[in-house]
Amino acid sequence: MRPVSAWGRLDAASHDVVSLHDPAKIACQITSKPRGIAHGNGRSYGDVCLNPDGVLWHTTGLNHFISFDQSSGRLVCEAGVLLREIQRLVIPLGWILPVTPGTQLVTVGGAIANDVHGKNHHVLGSFGDHVQRIRLLRTVGQTIECGPQDNADWFAATVGGLGLTGIIVEAEIQLCRVAGPWLATDTVPYANLGEFFQLADESEADWQHTVSWLDCLDARGRGLFMRGNPTDVCNRPDPQSRKRTMPIIPPVSLVNPLSLRAFNMAYFHLKKWRAGQAIAHYESFFYPLDNILEWNRIYGPKGFYQYQCVVPRDVGQDATRAMLGEIARCSEGSFLAVLKTFGERQPVGMLSFPRPGVTLALDFPQKGLRTQMLFDRLDGIVREAGGRIYAAKDARMPRSLFEAGYPRLSEFMKYRDSGISSGLSRRLMGS
Amino acid sequence: MSNTNRIVIIGATSAMAEHCARLWVQGKSVDLTLVGRDTQRVERVAADLRVRSPQSEIGVTTSDFLDPTAIRNTVDEIAARGVIHTVLIAHGSLPEQDDCQDNLEVCRDALEINGVSPVLFAEAFAKHMSQNNSGTLALIGSVAGDRGRKSNYVYGAAKGMVTRYAQGLQHRFANTGIKVILIRPGPTATPMTTHLVGKGPRMASAEDVARKIVEAIDRGQTNVYVPRKWAVIMLIIRHLPNSIFNKMDI
Repeated sequence: MRPVSAWGRLDAASHDVVSLHDPAKIACQITSKPRGIAHGNGRSYGDVCLNPDGVLWHTTGLNHFISFDQSSGRLVCEAGVLLREIQRLVIPLGWILPVTPGTQLVTVGGAIANDVHGKNHHVLGSFGDHVQRIRLLRTVGQTIECGPQDNADWFAATVGGLGLTGIIVEAEIQLCRVAGPWLATDTVPYANLGEFFQLADESEADWQHTVSWLDCLDARGRGLFMRGNPTDVCNRPDPQSRKRTMPIIPPVSLVNPLSLRAFNMAYFHLKKWRAGQAIAHYESFFYPLDNILEWNRIYGPKGFYQYQCVVPRDVGQDATRAMLGEIARCSEGSFLAVLKTFGERQPVGMLSFPRPGVTLALDFPQKGLRTQMLFDRLDGIVREAGGRIYAAKDARMPRSLFEAGYPRLSEFMKYRDSGISSGLSRRLMGS
Repeated sequence: MSNTNRIVIIGATSAMAEHCARLWVQGKSVDLTLVGRDTQRVERVAADLRVRSPQSEIGVTTSDFLDPTAIRNTVDEIAARGVIHTVLIAHGSLPEQDDCQDNLEVCRDALEINGVSPVLFAEAFAKHMSQNNSGTLALIGSVAGDRGRKSNYVYGAAKGMVTRYAQGLQHRFANTGIKVILIRPGPTATPMTTHLVGKGPRMASAEDVARKIVEAIDRGQTNVYVPRKWAVIMLIIRHLPNSIFNKMDI
């Protein structure tokens, strides 16, 4: 048994860690143990990837490519392969992962289990939209091959299924053509939420990637709208990646009202000053934090929560304004607050997070009751708006809000693997 | 293929060896022969490398790692296919010290797979390299081989044998075209050490260790500790007087 914490570092509960590194042995490893949960690279923020006092099946040893057809862009790999490995392999060959989240340090299995989304949801949907086949191993020893056509019910349960339908051991992904590693980008400052929504509406037709940084202390909702398109610029040298590590865990969170105000002010004005068009490398555009190793330490020993919700578009502006008002009133929040619109697409998975609407994501240092009270007020706004909270980032939402936000939950429950349980499943599903 | 770098890896399914192979094929075309004990496991490694480097030649061979005749035949067959530039001997297994004390068969197996087998492979390759007067032979030892400690002295004894053997081979091939490289990794996070995570010093990642191994081979450094801090730690441990050493629980 050893302590393991998730990316939010809220606590480090004791786990019996079992490494799954040989596909031939997995069936025997997962059937001979008490209930466990698959744990990839541990980038989920809360308890979706934890199983306090239980078994964790570490999957990062399942890190092999199996085949890649360069003419069709079909990639088959084991579930523990990091998205970064895929991107670095296929981009020079003219292919790219269609959808990736804001970090590429997640495993393929984790990306499927949380049906992650990226900046191009309005064009290409979520990760699960591009998965052609999953090999799922159940703890009873049964193997299920499923895809959008074959065993489609199992596929819909497993994509976004929070790792609760079985162990994802292998997947086949359809990649997209890309000219090279560069993007033509444009940064536009906006003064309030009305301008944000106008920019989002205008940009969706012409820009593949859109996202915005938001000054979470500004109740009007000023921010910077960033958009990008792949470009065939090719005569640029690859940027030198400079890796930095947050060397220590500071005794208290470095994110406090004072530092937050100073940072947000400086960031907004510096970026505003340098706004406009540019050419950016895909790694710095998509994954700005990946070169700052262990940045999650900056919130100090108590860790932090990330709150990400999505609310329908028609009430999106009012709900977002209300949430920002609550956050600004508490002077809480984070350096990185993200606001983005999702496209009009129905998600693949029964428990997939993305749905048409607008999504807001913010980090909050753990400050006990004060933070919980803020979350309660935000939950109220999300509930009233008919929205939902992202399980991959959650560590505290009430069960009733989960049930209200995910109407296909009872349908999903039929596909659960009885040998699998996580902190999140016990909290939100009772077992 | 004649100008392509020809590399042979013994124990290709070991995590360190596999990461070395991934670095060797990165952006280059190489001729790689992977030698292992279990066809299915070596083929898995080979398939991955073929995806990473379709232009490389990735061959797979299996052998009995404890039978001198099988080892000789395997190495002769590989050598018959052309001049070998680099050999990495990387296999091993980490037994529980208590099991070695309780069961002499476990003890013997640990000594054979970690000590005798790498020496036999190295000797078989040395014969071909001396005929060509060229090549680099890299052996993975361990910091555990520097001084016997109660927590893993059977494994340490086998690795100590590899250390002493490599020294002799370095002496034999001094002033020739052949380089013998001994790499001594500290505790490294691999499937072999999963059960030790959190119980001792923070482990290096197999990727980082592999990077250092590949660099050492490129530079022709003969004795390498990875990570480098282990050179200092082991210098101290080797020279600690027994009066102090015997009080330590290591």
